[in-house]
Amino acid sequence: MSTQTLLPDTTASHALPVDRELSSRPSLAETWQQTTAMAWRSVKKMFRNPEQFFDVTLQPLLFTAMFTYIFGGAISGSVADYMPIIIPGILAQTAITTCMAMGTQLREDMDKGVFDRFRSLPIARIAPLAGPALADVIRYVIASTLTIMVGLAMGYRPGGGFFGTLAAWALTIFAAWSLAWIFTWLGTVMRTAQAVQGTAMLIMFPLTFLSNAFVPEDTLPGWLHAFVQVNPVSHVVTAVRDLMNDGSFTAEVGWALLGCTAVVAIFAPLAVRSYSKKI
Amino acid sequence: MNTTPTPPLTATDLAVDASGLVKDFGSFRAVDGIDLQVRRGEVFGVLGPNGAGKTTMLSMLATLLPIDGGSARIFGVDVASSPHQVRQLVGVTGQYASVDENLTAFENLYLFGRLLGLPKAKAKSTGSDLLDRFDLTDAADRRISNFSGGMRRRLDLAASLIARPPLTFLDEPTTGLDPRTRGQMWDTIRELVAQGSTILLTTQYLDEADQLADRIAVIDRGRKVAEGTADELKASVGNSTLQLRLEDRDDTTRAAAVVARVLGEHPVLTPESGGLNIALADANRAADVLIALRESAISISTAAVQQPTLDEVFLAITGHHSDNETEEVA
Ligand SMILES: Nc1ncnc2c1ncn2[C@@H]1O[C@H](COP(=O)(O)OP(=O)(O)O)[C@@H](O)[C@H]1O
Ligand SMILES: [Mg+2]
Repeated sequence: MSTQTLLPDTTASHALPVDRELSSRPSLAETWQQTTAMAWRSVKKMFRNPEQFFDVTLQPLLFTAMFTYIFGGAISGSVADYMPIIIPGILAQTAITTCMAMGTQLREDMDKGVFDRFRSLPIARIAPLAGPALADVIRYVIASTLTIMVGLAMGYRPGGGFFGTLAAWALTIFAAWSLAWIFTWLGTVMRTAQAVQGTAMLIMFPLTFLSNAFVPEDTLPGWLHAFVQVNPVSHVVTAVRDLMNDGSFTAEVGWALLGCTAVVAIFAPLAVRSYSKKI
Repeated sequence: MNTTPTPPLTATDLAVDASGLVKDFGSFRAVDGIDLQVRRGEVFGVLGPNGAGKTTMLSMLATLLPIDGGSARIFGVDVASSPHQVRQLVGVTGQYASVDENLTAFENLYLFGRLLGLPKAKAKSTGSDLLDRFDLTDAADRRISNFSGGMRRRLDLAASLIARPPLTFLDEPTTGLDPRTRGQMWDTIRELVAQGSTILLTTQYLDEADQLADRIAVIDRGRKVAEGTADELKASVGNSTLQLRLEDRDDTTRAAAVVARVLGEHPVLTPESGGLNIALADANRAADVLIALRESAISISTAAVQQPTLDEVFLAITGHHSDNETEEVA
């Protein structure tokens, strides 16, 4: 071992004095730096485990082509007529299935020794949760971009034009980021990654399939219709359709944004609370 | 930024001031009313076998586990009510390396630097500096998953020093390391102390506590059973032990009588191995014992003089063995 001092810092080789001012909580700027540092970590991880990109690339390619050709004729009479319905639907569905992975990822991560260090550091408790969520936006961007591109390649011409499509794309990503907080919360509450996975599936299936994502809701029986109408995913789907097909910022878009914000407002604090308690 | 001034110096003369610490896991009490006082600038060793409650106790002091009973202050700051402040005073090096497997050594230090509020350039230079000081520069860009145990521990310790904490917890810093790496780790810890850090370390090895710690608390089954300097603890079992194995087990009783005559004290018999463990106040008396045995025509297969082991300290203090399945330190 060298004869240099071990404590970092070139000016003072001694441990910091104990009677310095201690901050009682992290400031907003500190919280942001900590969150981006955690996001940086997640991005490094992501690119070192490229299987994390499988679902976001394969699913848009497969689902878009499959759903459009299989159901197109049956539901809307023709593939071309079905596209304005199904492409926004698949966008929303993709958003949910890709953000679902947050919960299992986090649960596995939290079991590792490095999370003990994160807990022992004077950092905002939300940073280890918000960091991965921020990094995950990369995956939502890939998934939603690919879905739209596959649609365009299959001949879909969104009536909302470039800006309508851009707005729909942005809304999809925001929805995915918001809904991810539900799964983040699950990750902090449940004990094993399998349990998180199972529960996430149970939430995901009704949310996506009992929505207007794949079929026009007026074809559904009454009781189903009722559920589909209160399902927040339906609002996102309708909002995406309005933006993409008409380029209009309708009330549905407002409701979708409000709903997503509400999800974050509820589940982010819940997740932070249970993360701070859980060891 | 919101700040609160730390209490006046008088309250902070103790780096750690814990009383009656309790931790329950369900119906099992892992830490059972431990009092601990660590003075500023000292190395305090917590010595105990596997499962004694060392990690649990440190976790409570480091705000990683809620405290179920009693109270703890770090430099006068209450752990339960001001965890964020306590985290600014303590650097934690875990028993199981708490660094990120997915990142390289450099990336780990950079990440912790950023988390602790360093600007990017400073986080980079601090990271490189620390790698240099811990002889890890060659491994800077390698993933931790390929690191040896010793390298992980060094990186882990480096990571806990980024914030230059006035108090550092080291949880079994050398368990599982080979003797050479252990020696290096000891040197590192001594350097830290020379720079004014206060250290609370746990260990299963009496000789490690002996080498590093100014004072030692022995804990067993969640309770503190003894406290003192290494010399005081060793004195409680005799300074060293002469371990004898006899050629013929049947000689054991006769040999014990000879030892009792020479030293005036009865040895501990270990009949299952045909041997005797003899506490020696003075290592030179070993020769007297061996000569007396030769004169009585008792023949010996092996003889060794040993420092007391944790197990012997334990036996002397608690009356039971330490149930320590890991290797003893010769
Ligand atoms: N999270 C936990 N849940 C239940 N029991 C635990 C938990 N952590 C530790 N224990 C138990 O508490 C006791 C003390 O453990 P620990 O503090 O790790 O001991 P040491 O660090 O001294 O080896 C052990 O019997 C261990 O099995
Ligand atoms: Mg331990």
